[in-house]
Amino acid sequence: MNRTIFKNARLLDPAAGLDVSGAMLIEGARIADIGPNVFVDAVQDDVHVVDCKGLCLAPGIVDMRVSTGEPGNEHIETLATAAQAAVAGGVTTFACLPNTDPIVDDVAVLEFVERLGRDVGLVNIHSYAAATKGLQGKVMTELGLLHEAGAAGFTDGGKAIAHAGVMRRLLAYAKLFDTMIVQHPELPELVGSGVMNEGETATRLGLPGIPAVAEVMMVERDLRLLDLTGGRLHFSCLSTRDAIEAVRQAKARGLSVTADTAPPYFALTESEVVGYRTFAKLSPPLRTEDDRRAVIEGIADGTIDAIVSAHTPGDRDQKRLPFGQADFGGVGLETLLSVSLELVHNGDVPMLTVLKALTETPAELLKFPAGRLRKGHLADFILFDPDRAVRIDRDELRGKSRNTPFDERPVQGRVERTYRAGNLVFDIETAPAPERRRFPDA
Amino acid sequence: MTSSQPSPQSDAPALRLQHLLGIEGLSRPDIEALLDLSDRYVDLNRRAEKKMSSLRGRTIINLFFEDSTRTRTSFELAGKRLGADVLNMSVGTSSVKKGETLIDTAVTLNAMHPDVLTIRHGDSGAVHLLAQKVNCGVINAGDGSHEHPTQALLDALTIRRRKGDITGLTVAICGDVAHSRVARSNIHLLSIMGARVRIVAPPTLIPAGLDRLGVEIHHDMRTGLADCDIVMMLRLQNERMQASYIPSVREYYKLFGLDHEKLAVAKPDALVMHPGPMNRGVEIDSDVADDIERSLIREQVEMGVAVRMACLEVLAQSQLEPWAKNQ
Repeated sequence: MNRTIFKNARLLDPAAGLDVSGAMLIEGARIADIGPNVFVDAVQDDVHVVDCKGLCLAPGIVDMRVSTGEPGNEHIETLATAAQAAVAGGVTTFACLPNTDPIVDDVAVLEFVERLGRDVGLVNIHSYAAATKGLQGKVMTELGLLHEAGAAGFTDGGKAIAHAGVMRRLLAYAKLFDTMIVQHPELPELVGSGVMNEGETATRLGLPGIPAVAEVMMVERDLRLLDLTGGRLHFSCLSTRDAIEAVRQAKARGLSVTADTAPPYFALTESEVVGYRTFAKLSPPLRTEDDRRAVIEGIADGTIDAIVSAHTPGDRDQKRLPFGQADFGGVGLETLLSVSLELVHNGDVPMLTVLKALTETPAELLKFPAGRLRKGHLADFILFDPDRAVRIDRDELRGKSRNTPFDERPVQGRVERTYRAGNLVFDIETAPAPERRRFPDA
Repeated sequence: MTSSQPSPQSDAPALRLQHLLGIEGLSRPDIEALLDLSDRYVDLNRRAEKKMSSLRGRTIINLFFEDSTRTRTSFELAGKRLGADVLNMSVGTSSVKKGETLIDTAVTLNAMHPDVLTIRHGDSGAVHLLAQKVNCGVINAGDGSHEHPTQALLDALTIRRRKGDITGLTVAICGDVAHSRVARSNIHLLSIMGARVRIVAPPTLIPAGLDRLGVEIHHDMRTGLADCDIVMMLRLQNERMQASYIPSVREYYKLFGLDHEKLAVAKPDALVMHPGPMNRGVEIDSDVADDIERSLIREQVEMGVAVRMACLEVLAQSQLEPWAKNQ
């Protein structure tokens, strides 16, 4: 059996509270040993030795929220191109939203997508199933059958489950399978035709706003329902101070609620929209500086459990438009770790807490056997340099669409190598340079 | 004035603008220079011989993605009086591919080497997007709910000619501010020029954060109009009525429609303005709209041509500057 030892690494495993210098031994696809003393005990003649030269060795990132165009809109992103972006960003497992064409709302489509994901091979690809048929918010899908077929959880993707009665029944019924209902919390009636955060900036730009209260009200409503029904509820992409506070209080009351956010919400504010930059048109919209600080506080104290990429590719036909007409969303797989490390560099959140939100917690929430460096587990891990200064350049992204809100942002931290099941799937030194296709901003 | 006569711009302060996309970002000297130049064109327009040759050989394209008769005609007249070749294009926006049409149209027109494009579009920011795709000067002739800079300039010119100075005046802008590009441009311009700006509208028609633009907000015409010098009415956008911003037109007229009774609380010499087209009996009573003592509405239209002549001239001349071509 192939044995490789990764020596001279800074081992980071939030699940074990591990942050030490040491080594990790893998045998075939699995981790054989890990720790500060592994090198001394394990090196033998038949062991291939990789000197990590002090790089951080951490579990592969588990991304809970990825949109791709496949099936149905492969010109925007395929599972294969998303996987290439993922490994370049240190993501070894991701869960796709069901808003494809056809929508993943029955077992046949779910199995089809899972098979497509397996065929890609580069990363572990799973899929959520739609919570309601056709994402229409009216009739629940076959939760039991879909769960049995491997659905990571249930969500209507970027659409809120708006009907309170439907949400109540979903939460109650999903309890049977101990699976998560993932909500995109935005009250549609208050979102209306809004395209950015409501406030002075929107007023100056003459753009219809989305009030922060649209998120808060949906969160508060759903927490009431969760109180009533039990079950597991997860809010995605929290972006406002009051919504985060509502979740914080619900957790203190013992409700089974979890939440995630995405880098734009702790790294950017609504001012990015000035100049009508459609790459900064996201859902939920970028908020105020006060909200951004609240998101960081939420990550630091664990109110926000996970950090997701919210990868939402869009091609030029969707983005090179007047702001009001452009689609929502930005890509994020490749920049997920680099931007998240800003939290560490700025002294806002400890390294292990950030990594926990990127690895262990999302894996636990989705019940994936990933996100930790434990003996016997699959060797899905990354080597990264947390101090390497790079500038994000949309032309160097590896996904098919390059609509990043972080274009030209200087960041610190770069993924050097990504391993999945012990195999090297990305190496910054040898990976072919992405084709430079200039994607005009809008 | 004939082509042999000196251009009204000849002794005007030098002003260079690559584009005129909004009032926000302009300086007071920029605005004053444009108004000074416009003033001279007012005189020209009142003469029998109105044609000049200062833009002879230049091409101006009016690209309107939204219907507008008065603004387009005003720009067309302005361009022709300066001797330019003026082309009008109306582009429908009903297709889902309207964005593609937008960029494609800009690129196509750019290849024909116009000197100035005047653009109206129903989406805020669309004119900014187009300006990035062309090499010529671009004038925003109204974009969504964002800005309508030449309207604000013509309003300012109208006020300045009647009142002498804008500084220190109290101006009440009344009505559907939420959807009004005219209101935004006027708020910026009047504030830059030192006027005190009040907004009078029901809360549903006031966008969030408006108070942070330095305006006073009133929900009652009697307090909002008290002792003001200028009452600027806005068109109630009837197409928005479905969204229930107000309960009914009848109620709106009673509470916010301008009639002589409400106007009575303003200064005795207060003047009334409206960017048109008016909804008579909705936001304004015909008696007020047609009152030659109080209403400046027809004068605004006249000033519009002069202001647009000034803007076209400044932009067309700026395109000759090497710095502009290299932007």
